[in-house]
Amino acid sequence: MAAGAEAPTSSEYIVEHLTHFSSMKQGFIIDMHVVNWDTMFWSVLCGVITIAILLKAARKATSGVPGRFQAAIEMLVEMVESQSKSIVHGDRSFIAPLALTVFMWVFFMNAVDFIPVDWIHGVNELLELVGLHSHLPHHRAVPTADLNGTLGMAIGVLILMLYYNIKIKGVGGFVHELFCAPFGAHPALWIFNFALNLIEFVAKTVSLAMRLFGNMYAGELVFLLIALLGATATWWGIGMHVVAGTVWAIFHILIVVLQAFIFMMLTLVYLGQAHEGH
Amino acid sequence: MNINATFIAQLIVFFVLAWFTMTFVWPPLMKMLDERAKKIADGLAAAEKGKLELAEAHKAAAAELAQSRTANQGRMAEAEKQAAALIEQAKKDAEAEKARILAQAKAEAEQEGQRARDSLRNAVAELAVKGAEQILKREVNAGNHAELLNQLRAQL
Repeated sequence: MAAGAEAPTSSEYIVEHLTHFSSMKQGFIIDMHVVNWDTMFWSVLCGVITIAILLKAARKATSGVPGRFQAAIEMLVEMVESQSKSIVHGDRSFIAPLALTVFMWVFFMNAVDFIPVDWIHGVNELLELVGLHSHLPHHRAVPTADLNGTLGMAIGVLILMLYYNIKIKGVGGFVHELFCAPFGAHPALWIFNFALNLIEFVAKTVSLAMRLFGNMYAGELVFLLIALLGATATWWGIGMHVVAGTVWAIFHILIVVLQAFIFMMLTLVYLGQAHEGH
Repeated sequence: MNINATFIAQLIVFFVLAWFTMTFVWPPLMKMLDERAKKIADGLAAAEKGKLELAEAHKAAAAELAQSRTANQGRMAEAEKQAAALIEQAKKDAEAEKARILAQAKAEAEQEGQRARDSLRNAVAELAVKGAEQILKREVNAGNHAELLNQLRAQL
């Protein structure tokens, strides 16, 4: 922050950090002409890291004595496999790998939160130092702290829910269930059944997206507020920055893993429900 | 809280990643885990089998040992009996030998005594004849009186 000619106010600082690096300025709450490059870049990067790790484990997989890396991945795979087996009753050849991917991907996307909030200033100053004058644009790094990121995954889960409902029960069976469950098959109840089912699907999707988004967004915001403490440049502020930053970062390790696990478990639960008739 | 086209891209990435994992990551990992499980199961079964075999071998060895012990005892008793018999025989032989030697010695002693008595008798006879000769000097003719002398000798 010292590089700036005039320091931004606290609210300017927060707003800058909570603004996405987008293709264009967003006019409305829902604007399909805009793409958040920052969310795209970091989520794809995390996806690449995920599949690189998994691919490495799959390549080196041996049924003999496993190394540490292999044992760690195996623990993860066994955990996902046993969870999916207990939750989803049916063909899991797609669902189990999906759960593993979702867990690791969300974990890495959440873990981007551990990158210090003002890292971009440091990188830009470093670029200046080596004589490069192209600055990295300011952006929000954590893809799961962007509602688009979590909503994309939640809608993916919604599509899979609909797909497995139709695959298991058939189109007729699914439509029948939409209108005849949970209250009963009486024609007078059809509209209520259908409304409730609709609400259920929407609620599942939105809550799945909002839970992860809310947790990570709040975590990011708290990191920003802690950074503001340090920005006061007083002994008290810097001391509190160190203490609070440490505590929150340690606590955040739990949140990062827990939210990834919750997202995976809910994905499995929703897909498991699609396999079971009312 | 702005929603834009990013979520559609995220949706596509979601499915691509899941498809990738399903195709390239999950099958080899599952295959490996199953293989490992089978290997461990086989190993455990082999260990169980080995344990059973060991117990059986222990039992066989114990039976063998017991059998050899019984046989040994029998053999020892046999040997003892044999030894006792041998000792008995030797004792008997020695007894017989002793009796024989004793008898022989007795006989020899008897013979010796007889011989001594004979020679003594001869000597006494000769002594008597000599005494008589001394007394009867000249009056007794050895030729004439030979018969008498012999009679005397026999009487002695």
